[in-house]
Amino acid sequence: MIPLSWYLLLSATLFCLGIVGFLVRRNLITIFMSIELMLNGVNLSFVTFAHQWHLVKGQIFVFFVMVVAAAEAAVGLAIIIAIFRARATLAVDRIDLMKL
Amino acid sequence: MNGPLLFLPLIPLLPFAGFLLNGLFGSRLPKALVTLIALLAPLGSLAIVAHDAYLFWSGAITFPVIEQGAPTWISVGTLHVDFGFVLDQLSLTMLLIITGVGFLIHIYSAGYMAHEKGYWRYFAYLNLFLFFMIVLVLAGNALLMFVGWEGVGLASYLLIGFWFQKTSAADAGKKAFVVNRIGDFGFLIGMFLLLANFGTLTFSEIATKIGENPGWTGGVLTCIAICLFVGAAGKSAQIPLYVWLPDAMEGPTPVSALIHAATMVTAGVYMIARSHAIFDRSPVALSVVAIIGAATALFAATMGLVQTDIKRVLAYSTISQLGYMFLGCGVMAYSAGVFHLMTHAFFKALLFLAAGSVIHGIGGEQDLRKMGGLRKKLPVTFWTMTAGVFAIAGAPFLSAFYSKDAILYAAFQQGTFGRVLWAVGLFTALLTSFYMFRLWYLAFFGKQRAPELHPHESPWSMLGPLVILALLSIGGGWIGIEKFSEWLAPAVGTHAVEAAGGIPEWAFSVIAVSMGLIGWLVAHVLYFAKPDQPAKLAGSFSVPYKVLVNKYWVDEIYNALIVKPLLMISRFLLEWVVEFAIIGGVVWLLAGIALLTGAILQKWQSGNLRSYAAWLAAGAAALLLFAGAVLLAANGVDIKWAGWK
Amino acid sequence: MGGVEMNAIDSYILTLILLVPLAGALLIALLPDRGKLSAWIALLTVLASFGLTLHLPAHFLAGQPGFQFEVTQPWISNPAINYHVGIDGLSLWLVVLTGLLAPVGVLASWNVIQTRSKVFYALFLVQQTAMFGVFVALDLMLYYGFWELSLVPMAILIAMYGRKEGPKAATKFFLFTFIPSAPLLVAILWLYAKTGTFNFTELQSAIAGGALPAGALFWVALAFLFAFAVKVPIFPLHGWLADAFSEAPVALAMVIAGKLGLYSMLRFHVALFPEQVKCVAPVLIALTVIGILYGACLALVQRDFWRLIAFGTVGHFSLTTLGIYGLTLTGRTGAVYQTLNQGVMEGALFVLLGVIYSRYESSQIAAFGGVAAKLPRTAVFFVITSLAMVGLPMLNGFVGEFLILSSTFIGVSQGWATAATVSVILGAAYTLWLVQRVFYGPESALATEKPAADLRWNEWIVLAPLALLMLMMGLAPGLWLPTIESSMKLAPIQQTSSSQRILLPPLAVTFHDSKEAAR
Repeated sequence: MIPLSWYLLLSATLFCLGIVGFLVRRNLITIFMSIELMLNGVNLSFVTFAHQWHLVKGQIFVFFVMVVAAAEAAVGLAIIIAIFRARATLAVDRIDLMKL
Repeated sequence: MNGPLLFLPLIPLLPFAGFLLNGLFGSRLPKALVTLIALLAPLGSLAIVAHDAYLFWSGAITFPVIEQGAPTWISVGTLHVDFGFVLDQLSLTMLLIITGVGFLIHIYSAGYMAHEKGYWRYFAYLNLFLFFMIVLVLAGNALLMFVGWEGVGLASYLLIGFWFQKTSAADAGKKAFVVNRIGDFGFLIGMFLLLANFGTLTFSEIATKIGENPGWTGGVLTCIAICLFVGAAGKSAQIPLYVWLPDAMEGPTPVSALIHAATMVTAGVYMIARSHAIFDRSPVALSVVAIIGAATALFAATMGLVQTDIKRVLAYSTISQLGYMFLGCGVMAYSAGVFHLMTHAFFKALLFLAAGSVIHGIGGEQDLRKMGGLRKKLPVTFWTMTAGVFAIAGAPFLSAFYSKDAILYAAFQQGTFGRVLWAVGLFTALLTSFYMFRLWYLAFFGKQRAPELHPHESPWSMLGPLVILALLSIGGGWIGIEKFSEWLAPAVGTHAVEAAGGIPEWAFSVIAVSMGLIGWLVAHVLYFAKPDQPAKLAGSFSVPYKVLVNKYWVDEIYNALIVKPLLMISRFLLEWVVEFAIIGGVVWLLAGIALLTGAILQKWQSGNLRSYAAWLAAGAAALLLFAGAVLLAANGVDIKWAGWK
Repeated sequence: MGGVEMNAIDSYILTLILLVPLAGALLIALLPDRGKLSAWIALLTVLASFGLTLHLPAHFLAGQPGFQFEVTQPWISNPAINYHVGIDGLSLWLVVLTGLLAPVGVLASWNVIQTRSKVFYALFLVQQTAMFGVFVALDLMLYYGFWELSLVPMAILIAMYGRKEGPKAATKFFLFTFIPSAPLLVAILWLYAKTGTFNFTELQSAIAGGALPAGALFWVALAFLFAFAVKVPIFPLHGWLADAFSEAPVALAMVIAGKLGLYSMLRFHVALFPEQVKCVAPVLIALTVIGILYGACLALVQRDFWRLIAFGTVGHFSLTTLGIYGLTLTGRTGAVYQTLNQGVMEGALFVLLGVIYSRYESSQIAAFGGVAAKLPRTAVFFVITSLAMVGLPMLNGFVGEFLILSSTFIGVSQGWATAATVSVILGAAYTLWLVQRVFYGPESALATEKPAADLRWNEWIVLAPLALLMLMMGLAPGLWLPTIESSMKLAPIQQTSSSQRILLPPLAVTFHDSKEAAR
């Protein structure tokens, strides 16, 4: 049997990849995908523990996360499209309207 | 009490009803109805007062009548104040004066104010005044008296400012109210002291308590008496608070007669007589009252010498006469003070109303220099005025002759101190006689100095009251001070009067009358025989003349020493320094710190999404590390992961 | 409610009073903003809630200890926050006053609020609920919620409907009142942490029991006081008042200061921390007396009537606070009564100033003059209100003023009381000077140019009852005072032993002068 730590290491790797992607990429779509990556990293650890302890709660949580992610994707992509329409760019460095 | 009905509450309530009717609906009522309501109210009160007086006369009731079980006004803790009235010789005398003279002046007003736009408003205020004045007089406790006290001040404020579109009138009304408030401040402190020391404000209870403790003299009683006297000085225009009364002449003349001569301004005298039990025990306070009274009498009389406005002469005369009354109270001759109060009410009301008749007759002119020769044109006014002038000058067998003499006689008996006061009073009598005859000559004798005026005699609604008041001014003193003292004694106490060092009483009368004669003679010479003399005299005594014409610059001095500095301090020290600089400064300092902090922290908010994300990640990592470290260190948790070999 | 049979409605009357304005607000929010629709709904709502508040005095049992119409419903179990409301003689009339001033406010806004009236009336009604809530809440957390809630609609409305610099005044108001709320919350939570309850009565006995550390309790009491003192406001924390008065719509200006803070002081400071209060009382007495004179002096030199009234108000409320912290029975009773008086007087005053402002669109006193000839009825009401504020006997201001000043003089300090009494002079000076400059004298250019209408129906039906009330409260304070006094008596405050003693025993001083000898 594959030890638990392997799963967890994979999950952590995915999560860290997501973070790094989030931080270094400029394109909004890529950033968005990085977020999904992070979520999936978390999902993986949920599933791992659920399997390990024979509890169904973790798996249910994964479904929640997936639903939220889907909703997020729908709204997020819509926003991204709106931003692209307005500014003709998806580079986050240019989108700095939050600055005072 | 079981006995004949006195209808005490009705005495004030009738004028109040008149006030409500005329005040609420007067503008829509026909003039005749307004007049009817306004006149019926004091007439009704007068009738009730007469009824009560008759009951007393016939022996059906005995004074004092202290109303029991009156409705409570304020009752908290140990403080209990009710609407209880007290009827005794003192308040009955005052009531007769107020309702009687008040009624006459109401009649007079109907003629005097006939062409006024705010006719209904005028009568509403006048009835309101009567209401408060009656409350003041009937009050059985100091706080209820204070209700009337402030109320008459209100009525006075409204009536002085009756022609409110005139800046001077509005100013005078405000001045009267505010200066009176200074006096009220003293009254309030006096009441607080009474409450603190006696636990009650009811006059009779206070008097009883003092009576039970013959050892109480001076000390706190002096404080109370002086505080009350400050109140009295405000209302009765004594030094140093007299300044409002001359300005109050901005009001309609009948108002000056009723409020600022006959009734309201005597409230101070009444108050002292009413609380005589306190004053009796404080020789210091009595001396203060006597000295202030005598000083005011003299001081005001000197200012009256050179006034050219007929009403202002009378105003200073009123202040001066009030000084006499206080002098009387100050030497414990309360009945003499009240006696003079009564005769003064008659002759001063008469003088004011006659002056009003003159002013009315020549179309509103008040300057004595423009009058002259009115004797023939206004015969009734002239003769009634003459009665008043002779009365105030102390002509033998007229009213003031008796009352003024009584005061001076009582003063003389108070040792050296009293003799000085007596001399001052005597000299004031000379001045009084002089300025009154000056007014008399200037107005009625010689040639008419302003040909553009067309004098005409006033209607009988005005002359009628004049005639009645003239008769009262002549005969009002015939009762004599002995009888009057005897009558008032149960209310104000008896204060033994000893013969003055063997000098017979008639000698005093002779001296006083001769003073009056001298004054008359001087006025006769200056204003009748040699009418060009006064101007020359004014030229040769230019400094004292200037001082008098400018009324010792007292208004200016008050303005420069009190009003201006107060406003300056308020504006510059309090508003600019304290409010804006200090308090505002602290607020701005705090706001500045917040802004500065914000400005520094704002640098963090670069607007760059990735930088936010980086901070977020770093923060999360830091938190995790911290939490992990803490958990491990604190609990030494032995993490045994399944499968973690 | 001990053996007395309880009326069915008594158990939920307070809840009803709280909910009715909220329901009205909801209705206004849901319906379209068309014409006077919002205003009418608001008027009917506040009339209904006023009617409901009148149920309270009708069924209130005077002299009975504890709270009446009490309701306790568990709300949140952990932390233990309960929906706990009830009233006693202290809050009884304040609730009625709040109910009374609501129709006054709506009618005073009738013609003034023309735009976005939906927002205005909805927020106004929310504010109404919040104020009722402050007076009836007996759970400290619930109370805190209402207290905060009362600030928000106020700030928004000042910002939206300010005359010139609404947002600025709103910010100032919000910061001034909101910042002190933070220590208040911390203090409430500290109490909860120590006692495990937010219940007023339980906290009261816990604090009286002496189980809590005295040093910390001092700071807790100070945090309470600080929040309330700003809201009253007390010198030198009055910085927000002048701007708020200048900008706030009259319906809000009349309730913005005073009663909420004064009530809170009595209930949640004086009654909750009797020992701690004794330490700060001397300081407060000094501050209030300074405030009384300071407010009056500054009012003398103001050029704008809103600001003049603001400083006058500082003076008036300082006097009321003086009554509270004199800690005498008479003084506190007088203070509660004066709070009611102030509510009525300020209500009438703001309606009147609103009338003048809406007609002439200026608040510069110098621009006025001779307005009495143009607006005679306004002038009459203004003079009556001014006289009540000045403390003329027979009108309501005098009773409270006399009770406060006399009790301070007798039971606290003759010096401070005398200094405070000077305000009767200064108060008369600035008030009558204002009356004179606005209403009397020759007509100014402004008065001549603007054809201004005298009182309209909505102003009439507001002012006449208020004026009548001023007279009634001045003539027959016995209708109100006993209920207030009974609650004040029951409040577990140790009377200062000095309250009834004779301060200056008559000295047996004899003056030997000629007069004495002559006797």
